[in-house]
Amino acid sequence: MCEIKVITGTSAAAEAAKLADVDVIAAYPITPQTTCVEKLAEFVSNGELDAEYIKVESEHSAMSACIGSSAAGARTFTATSSQGLALMHEVLFSAAGMRVPIVMMNANRALSSPINIWNDQQDSLAERDSGWIQIYAEDNQEVLDSVIQAFKIAENENVLLPVMVNLDGFILTHTVEPVTLPKQENVLEFIGTYEPKHAYLDPKKPITQGALGDPNYYMETKYAIEMAMKNAEKVIVDVHDEFKEKFKRGYGNGLIECYNLEKAETVIVAMGSICGTIKDVIDAKKKEGKEIGLLKIRCFRPLPIEMIKDALKNAKNIAVLDKSISLGMNKGIVYVDVVSSLKNKKTVNYIVGLGGRDITFEDILEIYTDVETSEDGKTIWLGLKE
Amino acid sequence: MAGMQFPRDELFAPGHRGCAGCGAAIVARLALKAAGKNTIAANATGCLEVMTTPYPETAWRVPWIHVGFENAAAVASGIEGAVAALKRKRQKYGSEKVNVIAFGGDGGTADIGFQALSGAMERGHDMVYIMYDNEAYMNTGAQRSGSTPFMASTTTSPAGSHIRGENRPKKDMPMIMAAHGIPYIATASISYPEDFMNKVKKACEIDGPAFIQIMQPCTTGWGYPAENTIEIGRLAVETGLWPLFEIENGEFKLNYRPLKRKSIDEYLKMQKRYRHLTPADISKIQEAIDLKCQEYGL
Ligand SMILES: Cc1ncc(C[n+]2csc(CCOP(=O)(O)OP(=O)(O)O)c2C)c(N)n1
Ligand code: SF4
Repeated sequence: MCEIKVITGTSAAAEAAKLADVDVIAAYPITPQTTCVEKLAEFVSNGELDAEYIKVESEHSAMSACIGSSAAGARTFTATSSQGLALMHEVLFSAAGMRVPIVMMNANRALSSPINIWNDQQDSLAERDSGWIQIYAEDNQEVLDSVIQAFKIAENENVLLPVMVNLDGFILTHTVEPVTLPKQENVLEFIGTYEPKHAYLDPKKPITQGALGDPNYYMETKYAIEMAMKNAEKVIVDVHDEFKEKFKRGYGNGLIECYNLEKAETVIVAMGSICGTIKDVIDAKKKEGKEIGLLKIRCFRPLPIEMIKDALKNAKNIAVLDKSISLGMNKGIVYVDVVSSLKNKKTVNYIVGLGGRDITFEDILEIYTDVETSEDGKTIWLGLKE
Repeated sequence: MAGMQFPRDELFAPGHRGCAGCGAAIVARLALKAAGKNTIAANATGCLEVMTTPYPETAWRVPWIHVGFENAAAVASGIEGAVAALKRKRQKYGSEKVNVIAFGGDGGTADIGFQALSGAMERGHDMVYIMYDNEAYMNTGAQRSGSTPFMASTTTSPAGSHIRGENRPKKDMPMIMAAHGIPYIATASISYPEDFMNKVKKACEIDGPAFIQIMQPCTTGWGYPAENTIEIGRLAVETGLWPLFEIENGEFKLNYRPLKRKSIDEYLKMQKRYRHLTPADISKIQEAIDLKCQEYGL
């Protein structure tokens, strides 16, 4: 009932959007996302996907068009990366505030300057506070599955927030892996149809969307997003459970994934494709009789902080890997967020892989050793040249 | 245009928060009357948006959306795409034509929103873009825009002892739009409501993008008593400063020819933004108008 294709991460995202039978795509190319929007253009051009493909002149317009389209009741998809995401910055907040369930694939790539097309996670993490749900995928199968799940999460009545599915540039976007593609009828049965009640621009029932919210109303709208984020935690778990039941694949509980955490005192916290390498290191060490663990954060917004605390309760040495840096604080963004809720735990922050610098098996080994002896609260830029 | 029936329905409700005598409100009211109920409006940030939708109030009786200052055309592109897809795939939005109209001020259109507008026009979306032109950024307190006329004093092109107000001529939006090869372009004035409404109707009926630039006197930014809005608008046309024309499928057509063009003096003297002008300045402006009128055959 399924088909296995050996495809890249960008193709996996495009296939997922096609399986979800999106109505409107508005997108602009940027490396390393480009092949995703090219693939979608091909689908539309060949009549494999019945959608309006709006060939916008910029990412700002891509996101603006997506907002218009989603508000008009269409299932809407876009994809971007780095500078493109940064150009969307203004309207990302609008999308969340207007509660339009757009799904976007973001190929994680470093931000200028210097110009750099390679992977780190600074781009999406810089949009942390925009009100978008953020999911980070470890491999191409997870990209496909997460995009499918994203529609169901975004369109849930208790959520109605846009979702960004992130995949590491080149590491996933350009690497081919076998990916299992479910049948479209099963996907559509799983997602259901988008029937907007809240934000539908219908001439038969006129509403005003995006009104001016003075100090009497603004705070409540932000609070409503916060509550929707809270609801999303449960919805993400439920959607993930249902997906697992139906398609026989899963990623932890949908929010986090614990790998060998039970017995491990030394644990790495990480997001995205690097989790694959970390798992390999853990398996190798297990063979030598050493128990070390991984806490993979799949969902960074909403951040399931209680679950993270619980998962780390036995950990003594916690290394947080960051492919981002909050300049002026000398800390990675994931570290700041995770550690703000951990008490009486030793945590060390490793800034790794900025601008696509390799993170090897040996680097991970080194981190596991280093964190045991490093002092609490330290920041280490791994492999920094003199 | 004689004998046109003005629809009685008010799709733009009275009771908005615009200044007394605001021309922008007239633009919206007339445009919706002409377009009718089956319309979705996208509005750029600016006076029109702010004065019509302070939550929980709204002056719009058609579905309306505002996202940002620079993206009304892009938002409208998305709406148009969605309506097309949903009509085709899920029989939504009925069989009647849905008019997608974007409203933008001169700033939201000729300056910051120019790229999005150019993109939307070039892509051929079936939409009507209405640029309501009050010749400055009024919502933020009358700063100059690319559409501010030569020698007008604004807060960022103030007339001082060294500089005589705005030092550049008004950006020629209709001709820039014409270069996009879109099927319909028109200029209009709130003082000629039948002409404007006919143009909106035509723009809605035409397949593909249409662009209408309507001059809209602004009591506050231009500095004149509220009751003069219509008269000032009319003088702009009667002097040849703001000719009314259409470009339909590349064909230029003048819609109104004043019996005798008035001199620009009175128009300028009625407004505070021009009060610094000397007779020599006024002659300069008159010369520029005469030259342009020659081009237009006025
Ligand atoms: C990106 C961005 N820059 C600046 C502003 C501030 N701003 C809001 S409205 C406006 C001027 C609007 O002028 P115009 O488009 O001419 O419309 P009007 O107010 O005259 O109706 C400006 C500068 C903004 N909202 N967004
Ligand atoms: S400032 Fe001008 S355009 Fe704005 S509401 Fe007042 S009169 Fe209308």
